[in-house]
Amino acid sequence: MTNILDKIKKAGLLGRGGASFPVHLKWQAVKNENSLEKYLVINGAEGEPGIHKDAYIINNHPEELIKGIKIASDFIKAKKIYFYLNKNLYNSKNKLNKLANSAGLKGKMVFFLKPINSGYIAGEETTILNIIECKDVEPRIRPPFPTCSGLYGKPTLINNVETIYNVYLVSQNKYQNKRFYSINFDKKNKGVYFLPDSLNIDEILKQTANYPEYDFFVQIGGDASGEVLNSRQLKRRVDGAGSITIYKMEKHFPEKLLNYWLGFFRDNSCGQCTPCREGTFRLYEMFKELGSEIRKEKRFNDLCDNLFLSSFCALGTSVPIAVLSYFKNIYEPLIISQKSSKVLKKDVKRKK
Amino acid sequence: MLKEKNKKIKIKIDGKNYDCFVGEKILEVASRNNIFIPSLCNHPDLDVKANCRVCVVEVKGFNRLMTSCSTVACDGMEVFTNSPKVKLSRDTNLKLIFSAHIEKCVNCTSRFSCDLLSLARRYGLNIASFNDRKGQRKTYKFSNSVEIDGSQCIDCRNCIDACSNIQKINYLKKEGKGYKQEIVPVKDKNIDCIYCGQCALHCPVASAQEQYNWDKVEDILSNKKGKKLIAMIAPSTRISIGEMFGLPYGYNAAGQMVTALKKIGFDQVIDVNLGADITTLVEAEELLERLGDKKAKLPMITSCCPAWVKYLEFYRPDLIPHLTTSRSPQIHLGGVIKTYWANKKNIKPKDIITVSIMPCTAKKFESRRSELKINGLYPVDEVITVRELAFLIKKNGIDFKNLKPEKSNDLFNDGSGAAVIYGASGGVMESALRTANHFVCKDSKKAKICHSRIEFKEVRGLKGVKEAVIDLNGNKLNVAVVSGIGNIKEVLSKLKKYHYIEVMACPGGCIGGGGQIIPSSMEIVQKRMEGLYSSDKKEKIRTAHENRDALEAVNWVKNSKLSHKVLHTKYINRKNK
Repeated sequence: MTNILDKIKKAGLLGRGGASFPVHLKWQAVKNENSLEKYLVINGAEGEPGIHKDAYIINNHPEELIKGIKIASDFIKAKKIYFYLNKNLYNSKNKLNKLANSAGLKGKMVFFLKPINSGYIAGEETTILNIIECKDVEPRIRPPFPTCSGLYGKPTLINNVETIYNVYLVSQNKYQNKRFYSINFDKKNKGVYFLPDSLNIDEILKQTANYPEYDFFVQIGGDASGEVLNSRQLKRRVDGAGSITIYKMEKHFPEKLLNYWLGFFRDNSCGQCTPCREGTFRLYEMFKELGSEIRKEKRFNDLCDNLFLSSFCALGTSVPIAVLSYFKNIYEPLIISQKSSKVLKKDVKRKK
Repeated sequence: MLKEKNKKIKIKIDGKNYDCFVGEKILEVASRNNIFIPSLCNHPDLDVKANCRVCVVEVKGFNRLMTSCSTVACDGMEVFTNSPKVKLSRDTNLKLIFSAHIEKCVNCTSRFSCDLLSLARRYGLNIASFNDRKGQRKTYKFSNSVEIDGSQCIDCRNCIDACSNIQKINYLKKEGKGYKQEIVPVKDKNIDCIYCGQCALHCPVASAQEQYNWDKVEDILSNKKGKKLIAMIAPSTRISIGEMFGLPYGYNAAGQMVTALKKIGFDQVIDVNLGADITTLVEAEELLERLGDKKAKLPMITSCCPAWVKYLEFYRPDLIPHLTTSRSPQIHLGGVIKTYWANKKNIKPKDIITVSIMPCTAKKFESRRSELKINGLYPVDEVITVRELAFLIKKNGIDFKNLKPEKSNDLFNDGSGAAVIYGASGGVMESALRTANHFVCKDSKKAKICHSRIEFKEVRGLKGVKEAVIDLNGNKLNVAVVSGIGNIKEVLSKLKKYHYIEVMACPGGCIGGGGQIIPSSMEIVQKRMEGLYSSDKKEKIRTAHENRDALEAVNWVKNSKLSHKVLHTKYINRKNK
């Protein structure tokens, strides 16, 4: 047990919630805090569309997961463990609870159902702390970081389900630098695959026999906040959350996608800060008026830059990623190329 | 608050080096060195929320900007307040904020001191870059004193923090999320607004504000119909109004106020200080009566703060018998004007219109309490805040700063030093103690020593709860002073311990009132307080019982058998059943 931190450090574990923060630093920070009361929060919100790995782990590796939780809890001497789960995952509560009891966590683990209509932001770690404390569903100002002042102002370790699963593997010397990839076709999940984190997108699609025969583009790291890449940009790793969503070039409607992204962020902004609350509202409003022509507007680009530069939390900074990368990597080349005429015509028709 | 400047922490702002205090935020370092960084949601009285994102700065080595209100200065930081990134974000956020705030500038009392407008001018912003989006928002009115106009709200939430964290009333909440969110009153029958106006005092854009009466006052002034118009100025307003006209903090501008009010069209100006002296006389007398009567309810608690009275009537009606029956200074003065003064001047009371200038929003509510009516007339006809008066003065182009002070009126004096300090927390208590001490010692052997005592410094200051044991001719009097309704529970929990309690709902008392000049913060309140106490020291008469005009008025009222109509009042159980 004493060397678990060294093992984690050596393995180079990164947080799998999306931010890829080195796990050992978080653990060390909580451990260093001089407090008798510390909390462990397991984040099973899995709120990013297109990500299905947490559900996969809970369904297929619940014992390992619980053992990982026990390790984390013992390491920080947690007073209580909050297992935060979305509605779908909450169904596994009884199964997980039994396992927890037999792992010696009886009376220590509290299951916490993600509130309905709490939306995307309710998966952000400081927002979860607010939710558990019955406060507004909004991220907290940082610093202080949860590692020194988290739940009820006490040092708190918050880790994603996959991160904790990896901790278990590390403890058993079984960690092989693999991660979970959700692969989706036009937003329908095909499966979750466990593969080395060194693979690039092209390799992942080929090794899993998911490489499409048709003309396509992908979105990686989540269907809402992920970057959009064309089929010549696949020699990259998947950073952030592990997902690859494949869109059929011929079938897609540019304005439907843009509408989804911009509408999603407007409706999921918690409303705390100006650039996100007002910015996402204006982006959607301008899109409704101008359609994809929005990309030529200075105001559109200013709003996107402003979201990246000055929003309160990571949700805000990620708002423009999908839309901007889609315009740059897919839409603009489409317009230039011959093939585009078909796609764009369809889109115009739909609009009428 | 004693922070040590740490020579080791140096940061660069726009190319120049500055020493910092430990833990100091970038915005604090900047403002201490007169470097302008705009901010809206930041308020020294409140926790940092960093939600308006207007105070963003660029820090070398970081791609994203940082909010200077929340970022602690670290050694070696290089900060830029005007880089292209900063300009883009700051200007965009300001434009977005303008689109969430419907400009009602024409009749807005903040128009001459509006932060938003001055930022738009400073940065040359088109304030209509985006369409206004809050046209359909409601205005929530709290009695006749305070309102929150949702169409002007920029979602900074200072009002919620003022109501919940400072005052601990918890009357306001955020409803809905994202762009749909709105500030609304809670629907809980056990919570009600006390009209203190702290939400308005902390709102950067006058979305939370007093319910205006200046327009009615203008109507009255422009169509006098043969009536006598009398303006009444509250103790604490003279010390703050100058802030709006470039006068130093703590400057007593009573004389200029009189001149300005007469210029605007009032026939007479009468100082509420006189009303305060009357209140002291009535209250000190009652205190001594209660102390001498074994059956009387003790402690006696002050009632000149209308927000406190509303609090007690709603939350603790069981304590109503503890409230002094004495009316408040504005109501005493209004009543005396419409009886004694009217009689002396041979004017019919119904031909007098009294307008009081108050540091307070709850005074508007108090003025409409029907049990205060005297022969069918309200003692005070209209109440405007000192903000509203400053607006009227500016609107009429009066050069306030250079006005020649005028004498207020030909019958009443301008009150004692004991009245001036009514504006600060502890002031009412000290005034009553000055006079009670005099009454008690009147015939005793130690009278001479006793009478030399004027100041009771132990009840002064901005502390939330002040406690003292006062020696009244050998009798020990346990007193407590509550500054800010957020501190009330501590005192109510050990009520029996005390003989006399003063409560002011606003932190610092009326100088921190909800109708005060904006900006207001505890630092500014401290300066206003110092101004009041130095004014007191300069007065020749420093106790209510030496004020002959006040004594004469009280005696006249008593002899006319009008005591219960003019001097005393009763309270109402407002608890929701």
